[in-house]
Amino acid sequence: MADDLELRFERTVQADSRIEPRDWMPDGYRKTLIRQIAQHAHSEIIGMQPEGNWISRAPSLRRKAILLAKVQDEAGHGLYLYSATETLGADREDLTTKLIEGRQKYSSIFNYPTLTFADVGVIGWLVDGAAICNQVPLCRTSYGPYARAMIRICKEESFHQRQGYELLMTMMRGTQQQKDMVQDSVNRWWWPALMMFGPPDSESTNTEQSMAWRIKRDTNDELRQKFVNMSVPQAEALGVTFPDPELKWNEERGQYDFGAPDWDEFWQVVKGGGVCNEQRIAHRRKAHEDGSWVREAAAAHAQKHAQKEGAA
Amino acid sequence: MSFDNAYESLLGHEDAHWAFGTGFSEALSGVNREFPAGVDRDDLAAYCLMLGDDALIFSQRLSEWCSRAPELEEDIALANIALDLLGQARMLLTRAGEVLGKSEDELAYLRDEREFRNVHLAEIDCGPGPGGDFGTTIARLLVFSTWRLALFSRLRGSADPVLAAVAEKGLKEIAYHRDHAAQWTVRLGDGTDESHRRMQAGLERVWPFVDELFATHAVEARLAGVAVDPASVRSEVDGVLDAVLSAAGLQRPADTKAARVAGMAGRDGVHTEAMGFLLAELQHLHRSLPGAVW
Repeated sequence: MADDLELRFERTVQADSRIEPRDWMPDGYRKTLIRQIAQHAHSEIIGMQPEGNWISRAPSLRRKAILLAKVQDEAGHGLYLYSATETLGADREDLTTKLIEGRQKYSSIFNYPTLTFADVGVIGWLVDGAAICNQVPLCRTSYGPYARAMIRICKEESFHQRQGYELLMTMMRGTQQQKDMVQDSVNRWWWPALMMFGPPDSESTNTEQSMAWRIKRDTNDELRQKFVNMSVPQAEALGVTFPDPELKWNEERGQYDFGAPDWDEFWQVVKGGGVCNEQRIAHRRKAHEDGSWVREAAAAHAQKHAQKEGAA
Repeated sequence: MSFDNAYESLLGHEDAHWAFGTGFSEALSGVNREFPAGVDRDDLAAYCLMLGDDALIFSQRLSEWCSRAPELEEDIALANIALDLLGQARMLLTRAGEVLGKSEDELAYLRDEREFRNVHLAEIDCGPGPGGDFGTTIARLLVFSTWRLALFSRLRGSADPVLAAVAEKGLKEIAYHRDHAAQWTVRLGDGTDESHRRMQAGLERVWPFVDELFATHAVEARLAGVAVDPASVRSEVDGVLDAVLSAAGLQRPADTKAARVAGMAGRDGVHTEAMGFLLAELQHLHRSLPGAVW
């Protein structure tokens, strides 16, 4: 019996069909998905902070509106994704607890600080750009609710990326101070953006099984290369350079060669040693704890209301 | 849109790819922007700044909740309200700017504190800062949106076609804001002992700033037919607030009022100590890079 179920699962995955919430699935598949989707949801929620940092100071009302709407979208993405984990039997409250206790991770990129308004544009262009490269293949991932959430998220992320790039284009037409601000921001975010694809394939522990289950569709290094290939012409159009002396077109490979990110820094930040790790979690924890009386009140009111209706 | 290339359409300028408008002029496209005959334009500009600054400054306060709300759904809702108000502010500042020869950004970023015309209720810290909490924020939102809804429903008949159009568009938004605040007031008033206590404390915190909302300013008095006299909406606002508070099991605070300073308040450009810090944050980047384009 169990063998039949497993066989059907394998066939569904191999045929590139979707696994749906009520279908049988191996425990490992369920756990891997919950871990991955939760980590993605946490990234959206923690990712609200570095950009939210500039809402109050946005230098024009139009940019303020764009930024506020973008950060609001990230909260929405977090919601879709937490909902997708709930179809696998996870619980949002429990996942939030794991996040603020440091038991589940979020994208390490958000542990870097946003120091100027150009960072808002560069996050849109490079960080959202890298996220899209990672996420586009997930629109075809084997778990249905995750794939469908990703289609919607990718559409919105593409829009954010475009807005970020448009901000940078505008700034590059501005004063010298603004141009310098953009280049400085690109210099700070380029390597962390490359690190978003994860460690090199030779050191990645989760890739193989996830590829077999078609949760993941491309390796870290493949996606990183794709991102570099796409970003270089964008940088040229913008008039900025990337801080990598090894970056050059390789005629033979038909791709760009590029240097290796500082993986020691990557692991240091992943393990909690980034500039903002503690701050990001403390912020999230405070919001969650400060809001507990409100959530309790809403639940108590709903319960009283239900009782009244039941009595009537 | 193909998802195989994340950068597709990045350099193109096809607006169809934009999921929502970032401009706002479309909202009022087709509206007659001529100034009505016999109306003092400086008064009209001053009045637009009053309503526009109320929205801009309150939006700034509400957006402080971003990433700090009690629940994700509420984070989204408060950002939505802040965005609606920011949109209203932009239309109203633009209208004032048509008289004054200034852009919305020049008015938002380059005026000094004494030139801002918003009521104190919009600017005080009601949380998430030390000046309040979610209950205080809801108390302010309830009072502000009830008052503004009453004003805007009358403003639809304004002799200024732009003000009338802004009111028409804003009315639906503010009706949602009021409904959202009223629902939370009832939930918090009824929920737990702690939420009841905090909601009541929130009302006590904002109540001294209520009286100012209904004080007729000389500009409003002179703009009969264009502006709404706020004194005329007091009984309607009181009625709505009483109904919500009663449904929530909360007490209407005693009618204490914050004293004016030399007879002046927000509409005259005289603000609370919180305003300077709020503007410092809002304006500093824009002012730090003169000549920059954004």
